[in-house]
Amino acid sequence: MALVLTNRVGLKDSHTLEVYKKTGGYASVEKLFAMEPGTVIEEVKSSGLRGRGGAGFSCGLKWSFVPQNIGKPVYLCVNADESEPGTFKDRLLLEEDPHQLIEGIVIACYAIRSTTAYIYIRGEFDLSYRRIEQAVKEAYQAGFLGKNIFGKKYDLNVTVHRGAGAYICGEETALLNSLEGKKGEPRIKPPFPAVAGLFGCPTIVNNVETLSALPFIINEGALAYRKWGTEKSPGTKLFSVSGHVVRPGTYEVPLGYPLKDLIYKDCGGIPDGKKLKAVIPGGSSVPVLTAEEAEKTFLDYESIAQYGSMLGSGGVMVMDEDVDMVWALRNLSRFYAHESCGQCTPCREGTGWVDKILQRVLNGGGTLEDLALLKEISDNMMGKTICVLADSIAMPVLSFIKKFPADFERYVRSHSAGGKMRILG
Amino acid sequence: MIEFSTQTKKKLEECLTHYPTRQAALLPTLWLAQEEFGTVTLEVMEYVAGLLDISPAHVYSVATFYTMFHLKPVGKYHLQVCRTLSCALMGGERILDHLKKRLGIEEGEVTPNGKFSLCAVECLASCGTAPAMMINEKYYENLDVQKVEKILDELK
Ligand SMILES: Cc1cc2nc3c(=O)[nH]c(=O)nc-3n(C[C@H](O)[C@H](O)[C@H](O)COP(=O)(O)O)c2cc1C
Ligand code: SF4
Ligand code: FES
Repeated sequence: MALVLTNRVGLKDSHTLEVYKKTGGYASVEKLFAMEPGTVIEEVKSSGLRGRGGAGFSCGLKWSFVPQNIGKPVYLCVNADESEPGTFKDRLLLEEDPHQLIEGIVIACYAIRSTTAYIYIRGEFDLSYRRIEQAVKEAYQAGFLGKNIFGKKYDLNVTVHRGAGAYICGEETALLNSLEGKKGEPRIKPPFPAVAGLFGCPTIVNNVETLSALPFIINEGALAYRKWGTEKSPGTKLFSVSGHVVRPGTYEVPLGYPLKDLIYKDCGGIPDGKKLKAVIPGGSSVPVLTAEEAEKTFLDYESIAQYGSMLGSGGVMVMDEDVDMVWALRNLSRFYAHESCGQCTPCREGTGWVDKILQRVLNGGGTLEDLALLKEISDNMMGKTICVLADSIAMPVLSFIKKFPADFERYVRSHSAGGKMRILG
Repeated sequence: MIEFSTQTKKKLEECLTHYPTRQAALLPTLWLAQEEFGTVTLEVMEYVAGLLDISPAHVYSVATFYTMFHLKPVGKYHLQVCRTLSCALMGGERILDHLKKRLGIEEGEVTPNGKFSLCAVECLASCGTAPAMMINEKYYENLDVQKVEKILDELK
């Protein structure tokens, strides 16, 4: 379904300025410059657009926190670091429609009165990098970036900045440190970036998908955007579906769409006639859903919260009946242990402990106490650290054990009986 | 003594115009250095520190924080196989095992002829086309053992 974000996906040369302009690209600009920056912020606020990087915070509201006229430059940082396991939607937007993102950047910068934007792109992305670099170059040549853009009295410079491999740099304050030429370590908040961010100046960090929705909102208006979605979760969102489905891929659907339809209709269901066992609905950092919960929930921020999970980045990971949940969780714990930046003791030690204990359980050396220990460690990690990476493994651990106790107990019981473990996968 | 080529020096000058501090150009400069010298050795780090007026210790802390800077030599073809959940669900572990056997090396090693190096990496944002790997900067997706064999055969 192409609605707001993916209309050009699949068009030949959709990444070029020529095709972008031919298909209505940069049309919002005239309207934009006829509005006051404050009015743009109000329009985006009333569209109800929420950040698509994971936290789901109101985009317009965040913009309104930028202090004006304090004699410091204001920066926009585009979060194109996409590294959350299960998520591959920003890559699609960067590869297929980089100019839509640039138009979004123009809108955001105008609204927050910024004349400098940095696109922080994940180091591994090669095609995305080349496409966005090329698009920025084209935009400069066309006078859409640089001095007096679109012939208006407004300058805007955009720089593409490559990361170098570190999941944590997707966290917004780690991203700022990384951009400043430091280790990608998250900062203590407050101060929030909107007040003191990049080089100590007011800074807005926005996700690629969030910014890519802006041209539509300015062109068609907040109400048109609200045609889709629910009252509290308006608009459309990209979901990247991976794992055990017939047609994995990125799908744009209105928020509030049934997860069941996404899995069984759009993605063609579970291959080989197998049954669904579990779904991680919002990237690897969010709590897991059982098949029953997954078949009941709708894809909006509020519905998913009712089942104790989160919409996150929209990375839907689907697991069939053969998946061993201990094995799956251990795969994730290794990821977080590897990616912890190490600043906070509960995270640095906790991620390592969780990983080692799960490895022990998986290898057949686990006991019932290990399950209690995992819960205790997770409780001691949540809400006690500088950023939420610690919570991002603690929540999966608690939800996996709570929702799939049989998988865990099977390992522990056979150990107590002296049995040898079976490892799937 | 190592030194950037004239062309790379020009690139660096251009790059510096994009940032209010010299230090902010550290990641781009390390990328340039890796392109030019292949590896980011201690000598390279010291050189980069001099270029940007920052301490070698700072450059070291940054260069070792990120996974993509090669602190020691890699093969002509650097294979990075995703091991994270979506790929693992689709058989990614088999790809890694096969490559180890086929190339006769472990993760983090280089074949004696210097042609291949192998490592396991985290999610490459190719989860919908899993299992995935990168060879140098190129993505290879929807892998199985036969496909991997074919890819290796084609690399000269
Ligand atoms: C550990 C961690 C990793 C994150 N990774 C990303 C990422 O790769 N891309 C992204 O857009 N946001 C990521 N975020 C969220 C950002 O911190 C931030 O909320 C987001 O970029 C704000 O943009 P938005 O309001 O447009 O969503 C991450 C957060 C955490 C805690
Ligand atoms: S929670 Fe973990 S990743 Fe986040 S700042 Fe602390 S140690 Fe670093
Ligand atoms: S899990 Fe392998 S690419 Fe995402």
